[in-house]
Amino acid sequence: MKTVLTGFLALLMSLVGLNAMAVLTIEITEGGDSGIPIAVVPFEFEGGQKPEQGLRSVIAADLHRSGRFELLPTGDFLSRPGHPDQVRFKDWRLIKAEALAVGQISQSGDDRYDVTFHLFDVFKEKQLAGYRWSVQGSQMREVAHQISDHIYQAMTGVPGAFDTRIAYVTMENSSGNERTYRLMVADSDGHSAQEILRTNFPILSPAWSPSGNQLAYVSFASRTSGAMIWLQDIQTGTRSKLLDERGTASAPAWSPDGRRLALTLSRDGNSDIYVLDIAKRKLRRLTRHQAIDTEAAWSPNGRYIVFTSDRTGRPQIHRMSITGGPAELLTHEGRENARASYGPDGNSMVLVTNRGKGYRIGVFYVDSGKVDVLTDGTLDESPTFAPNGAMILYATQRGSQGVLAAVSADGRVKQILKLHQGEVREPAWSSRSP
Amino acid sequence: MRRLFTFSLVLLLGVMLAGCAASKKKGVAEVEDSSVNVQADATSSGLGSDGTSSSEALVTTESGSVIEDDPLGKRVVYFEFDSSALTPEAQNIVEAHAEYLAGNPGMAVVLEGHADERGTREYNLALGERRSNAVAELFQVMGVAPDAIRSISYGEERPIAMEHDESAWSLNRRVEILY
Repeated sequence: MKTVLTGFLALLMSLVGLNAMAVLTIEITEGGDSGIPIAVVPFEFEGGQKPEQGLRSVIAADLHRSGRFELLPTGDFLSRPGHPDQVRFKDWRLIKAEALAVGQISQSGDDRYDVTFHLFDVFKEKQLAGYRWSVQGSQMREVAHQISDHIYQAMTGVPGAFDTRIAYVTMENSSGNERTYRLMVADSDGHSAQEILRTNFPILSPAWSPSGNQLAYVSFASRTSGAMIWLQDIQTGTRSKLLDERGTASAPAWSPDGRRLALTLSRDGNSDIYVLDIAKRKLRRLTRHQAIDTEAAWSPNGRYIVFTSDRTGRPQIHRMSITGGPAELLTHEGRENARASYGPDGNSMVLVTNRGKGYRIGVFYVDSGKVDVLTDGTLDESPTFAPNGAMILYATQRGSQGVLAAVSADGRVKQILKLHQGEVREPAWSSRSP
Repeated sequence: MRRLFTFSLVLLLGVMLAGCAASKKKGVAEVEDSSVNVQADATSSGLGSDGTSSSEALVTTESGSVIEDDPLGKRVVYFEFDSSALTPEAQNIVEAHAEYLAGNPGMAVVLEGHADERGTREYNLALGERRSNAVAELFQVMGVAPDAIRSISYGEERPIAMEHDESAWSLNRRVEILY
């Protein structure tokens, strides 16, 4: 059986300047049907003009996509409370709900709404969370994602990552040999996608600043310029070249405090890792080796840099103190390991691993030295952790089309996100919503 | 059982026509100039000039006048997987160009390194540069002025062959000698 749910649309259609449209499809391929049974009651509305965007559909889709919840069908509900006073726990025990989410939307003015939300443990008959918002109609999706985050945290003990954004690069063949590259920013569920850069040159390695206000990325200023790093403000679109370098500047990685960038420079004819103090414009060299050193990433405590180096033969992950000193080889399994980045626990890392059957996404654990391989593609790449470490977004091939895919850190839940035209690649998950 | 969630995601594909009103909307930076040797203004969102044809001129070889065995007629050298070592054939071609350029001091050359799609994009960017640097080093040994050489890399971003097999990969692991 195959259920097709088509959610929303409409409001963006009316935007001026919208003369092309592409639909990004999220297909849950594994593991979407089990988890904590939860009843999310359609929000009770009071007022004259309902907001165009409802809340329940967004919340239900978020929770379903996480693979941690089983959404109980609204048709089974025996009552539809909007307020805690109206909740009869017996109604929810009967349909075997463990959690119950109820809420109200009341219009408080022209395009102004008060939203309340309550979450209950049905068996303990206890309220787990209660929140209220005062927002405009256009902020309803954001409120819905925040509600999903509260539910996720209350029921799993882990912060949610729904109210976050993703960046990614699309590539389309245009006339002749030309290709059009776009840097896109969208909500974590792919909605509200916006182009923030369009160019005929490749774009790679987008990296969110910890505040979520800026993206660093690699592109080219002209055919003969070589790769360079830009910083772009998400709100204003203003961008600037990070450094004037002869030779390649690439692989930007923000420090956890957002004040420094680790990056790769080849100013001396060979790729090494440097650290730039952004405000002071001060550059410090971290690695000095004739091998390729690139793809730096910071540990969550800011004390270590991990990077890809072929100094031991094939590319492997090495670790170095941010103050310098010797580099330590971390990965010993598999013929190649590359592009590692830390999860929030400071022990796990996502990376690209090759054990002879192609390039796949793995999670490497520093304490055990083991790699869990999570995917089965041959050209999987560019993995990025959700800020809560629960999901990993990466790039893969479907047919000959580049698509994005998501897998839960335990490998149980799998999704494909694809554009109907062109390629999608180089995903980057923001740490939070600005 | 499998569920398909179709989210109608509206991507603001934005402006198909360069220079239309939407290109000036907030939050969008445009790079509209891809012409050779021109630094595209990073933040300009203006007039949608299009310099693409001149960038093509760079990679066009004068194939009409190529003599089969003349190494000067070959502008591309190929590499083994994850290697930047020049094969004997590549060395022949590079030396022929180096000799020519050393004898024509006014000329500038761009060495554009490339990699196949295997391995990560950033690693391949570095690998492509290692390849173009290998050619640049031989150029310098042969007497080409360092200032006349520009060594850059596109990594795996500009493949010649689009298939996902060794015959495509072997064409994509290359340095293009452009002058």
